[in-house]
Amino acid sequence: MSEVNSVEKMELKVKDIIEKYGSDRGSVVPILQDVQKEFNYLPKEALNAVSSHLDVAISRMFEVATFYKAFSLTPRGRHQLSLCVGTACYVRGAPLIESNIERVLDLRPGKTSPDLEFSFDTVNCLGSCALGPILVVDGEYQGQITVSKTNKILKKLGKKVKTDES
Amino acid sequence: MKVKSFKELKSLREKISNSRDPEKNCITICAGTGCLAYGAQSLVDKFKAEIEKDNLEEEIDIRSTGCHGFCEQGPVVVIYPEKVFYRRVGLDDAAEVIHKTVLNGEILDRLLYTDPSSGEKIIHEDDVPFYKKQMRLVFGMNGQIDPTSLEDYMAIGGYSALAKVLNGMEPGAVIEEVKKANLRGRGGGGFSAGWKWESTRKAKGDPKYVICNADEGDPGAYMDRSLLEGNPHSILEGMMIGAYAIGSNEGYIYVRNEYPLAVKNVTIAIEKGRELGVLGEDILGSGFSFDIKVNRGGGAFVCGESSALFASLEGRAGEPRAKYIHATDRGLHNKPTNLNNVETWANVPLIINKGAEWYQSIGTENSKGTKIFSLVGKINNTGLVEIPMGMTLREIIEDIGGGTPKGRKFKAVQTGGPSGGCIPEQFLDMPIDFDALTKVGSMMGSGGMIVMDDRTCMVDVARYFLKFLEGESCGKCVPCREGVRRMREILDDICEGRGREGDVELLESISHALIDGSLCALGATAPNPVLSTIKYFREEYSAHMQEKKCPAGVCKELIRYKIDEENCTGCGICARLCPAECISGEKKQLHVIDQEKCIKCGSCKESCKFDAVIVE
Amino acid sequence: MVNLTIDNKKVQAEKGSTILKAAQSNGIEIPTLCYHDELTASGACRLCSVEITKGERTRIVTSCIYQVEKGLIVNTQSERVLNVRRLVLQLLMARCPGSEIIRELAEKVGVKSQPRFKPDEDKGTCILCRQCVNVCEEVVGVIAIGFSYRGADKSVGTPFVEPSRVCIGCGACAYVCPTGHIKMGESESGKERVIWDKTFEMAACKVCGRYFAPQEQLEYIGKKTGVPLSKLYTCVNCR
Repeated sequence: MSEVNSVEKMELKVKDIIEKYGSDRGSVVPILQDVQKEFNYLPKEALNAVSSHLDVAISRMFEVATFYKAFSLTPRGRHQLSLCVGTACYVRGAPLIESNIERVLDLRPGKTSPDLEFSFDTVNCLGSCALGPILVVDGEYQGQITVSKTNKILKKLGKKVKTDES
Repeated sequence: MKVKSFKELKSLREKISNSRDPEKNCITICAGTGCLAYGAQSLVDKFKAEIEKDNLEEEIDIRSTGCHGFCEQGPVVVIYPEKVFYRRVGLDDAAEVIHKTVLNGEILDRLLYTDPSSGEKIIHEDDVPFYKKQMRLVFGMNGQIDPTSLEDYMAIGGYSALAKVLNGMEPGAVIEEVKKANLRGRGGGGFSAGWKWESTRKAKGDPKYVICNADEGDPGAYMDRSLLEGNPHSILEGMMIGAYAIGSNEGYIYVRNEYPLAVKNVTIAIEKGRELGVLGEDILGSGFSFDIKVNRGGGAFVCGESSALFASLEGRAGEPRAKYIHATDRGLHNKPTNLNNVETWANVPLIINKGAEWYQSIGTENSKGTKIFSLVGKINNTGLVEIPMGMTLREIIEDIGGGTPKGRKFKAVQTGGPSGGCIPEQFLDMPIDFDALTKVGSMMGSGGMIVMDDRTCMVDVARYFLKFLEGESCGKCVPCREGVRRMREILDDICEGRGREGDVELLESISHALIDGSLCALGATAPNPVLSTIKYFREEYSAHMQEKKCPAGVCKELIRYKIDEENCTGCGICARLCPAECISGEKKQLHVIDQEKCIKCGSCKESCKFDAVIVE
Repeated sequence: MVNLTIDNKKVQAEKGSTILKAAQSNGIEIPTLCYHDELTASGACRLCSVEITKGERTRIVTSCIYQVEKGLIVNTQSERVLNVRRLVLQLLMARCPGSEIIRELAEKVGVKSQPRFKPDEDKGTCILCRQCVNVCEEVVGVIAIGFSYRGADKSVGTPFVEPSRVCIGCGACAYVCPTGHIKMGESESGKERVIWDKTFEMAACKVCGRYFAPQEQLEYIGKKTGVPLSKLYTCVNCR
């Protein structure tokens, strides 16, 4: 598949999404969310396509794409880990979980591993405070998470880490 | 099926009520996001499968509902008509619940809630201590309806307030009623909703907009989410009534990105509302037209601020602007706009149906009605609670919340999110309302109530909130963009043992300039957690700065992990798991942590089964 | 005309004008940084903050945006105002330690830097006053530069930090920048100009031969005004 061909396909998909929202400029945030869902991140060509279809300057698209935390301009990892650091989870021990994940994955929050295997980020309140601290792994909520439970999960996902099952 | 008149709506409601038998067995299963995380969806499917398997559809209804509030005990199942309350229900319990409890009236003790103080097992939902003291006027409806069913909403009286308004109340009269009830904004501002509606009505400009702020960014607060997920029609109905009163035909619900189920359920509700005819053109033949669009946020706390929310709805970055001209005059697209919070809107049908006088009989002099709080953190009964204004903090935390877990000592409760403050023990008997909370240096905020115990470091809490706001600041104005991070840097220094004399005074000075100089409320209220912790927990600041100690045992640089020789059995688990490989010891002998290499990760303390690792 | 009081002086101002304008027309100086007469006021720097009293209520507002009102009492030197001003300048000095302009302004107003603020090294002299972005959008109209990210990471530049397709190299942004953060370079011969990492071929004046404007700028002006391109090759001096 030539590069031009795939850019064309991308533009067609973007056009579809925009039309679904009535080509309304006010819907640019939901539009970008759908675009990101489609392509795993926001490729530059897709942003250019949104910019031209909505008739919004590309500098303003770039501003929106970088202002909102939901968006990523770089491809995200195959496995996505989101740790809630809302106040309730924070007082229940989320910081120790955070530093543990940072250490094992060698990733600061908001980053993706170079081999595109893992993305790690922190989120501010998932609204499931009774289960806190919570780690969401590929969309699945892991409640009452501990350092040892985290390490077991990471081991299952392929990381070399010590766990108490040996 | 579309209804085009009040008469048709009434007969449809009667038809629905008549087709339902209030005595029929109904198993309601909580499927709010919290219980879904516990696996509630599989539970719903299991119950449905069991019913189907034994052909019991005629005898037993299954209803999946929104959040019941008692999140600590999920998955929650309530069996009607007796309202038998089962908690922590598992997949393996489904068959027995059906055959023993529903069909045979036999109670399964193991699924009952046990009152921790009396040891008594509680059978009925209303007797559960968590619910007993609550006044669940708004939130209580969640348990009675499937949020995706418009019929369920109508069966409990839904859209009768709308009919009452459109069929005989002038817009001015609606506004008077809401003003008289003194409904104050539940999003944090506490501003009179009635006055806002009136200002918007009087403003010059067309079209006028009505907006529901469902951005709920305060970490630890999830009331709005649960309302929107569990009873979306109540918000729609409130907005319809408000729009009619104001003279608006276009509404928006702005939901934060992190609430997919809320977006889904409110979208379904809107579609069904259109199908029914309570949304769209010429509603119920009244001549009033109104429709609602749902828009999503992109992950920005600042978009909970009204002018930033408008910017986001206009497709721009969520930067606030100066509010010298009110949104009611020039808001979204520079047109008159009325923005209210989810819970505020949900209160409106109640006020119309039961009257302002009734509403005024609940609450305190200046804060009427109820408020939903998310009671979270170091608390036994984590969940969402709805109480009449004026109830004391102690009643909420001890009687409803069951106190702090593991016997630890209560230290403070934080309300108002990052804009609020920490309230210490001496104020526990304070009746809660808008003004009382402001007086002690906090605020109502959206309703987050985070309980903290003696193992919570208040200096670290102040740092946490600043760090949060630093990441959420839009960056437009100098005081917030630069000032919040400088305050955070000073707090980092204090927490890490580099605090200097004069730091507290400097924090206070920066705080006052931020309160006065910031462009929006994010910057202007950012100092609150800092100022309130300095006011009530000054000794913790002193300990960090002068003694270089963290009394709560939290701040890494000021604590150390030590193995207690009394309890250590020499099992060696800690040494095996230590990522820094800094624990040494012979089998069955006291183990020792090498302080030089220790990275304070907490793995040893977590893994020790003998409580032998202590933090000092 | 609207009657109000500024620093105990009774003044008059046109209805709809701002407190800043009213003060300036009456010889009262209020320091500003992000304000520009020809551009929309953003209220971003907060330096022009003043204390206003209206009836019983007193608060701090930015004079560049707040419109005059009958009977308004304005104080440009109250303690609260001076505190805000001091903090803003201290924060900017820490953010842009290399900026002479900020340092001079601070000295003029009597503000010393705050040693507890560790100076940044990566912000250049950009104070995010927004004038460059505003001039590019409101006056020039190409919207080539804008903001990205938020909070302290907020920065100004071209999308994707790459040469912009729509930038015409006019240099208006560099011209309005109060601190000289935006760099515009010319080659020795003058045949080339570089700004925001984009190199522009300069057009020569057909009268004096001086290289005076980027080719792309002339093309843009031609398209925007309808004036034929051939008529635009005359520099400002030779017109």
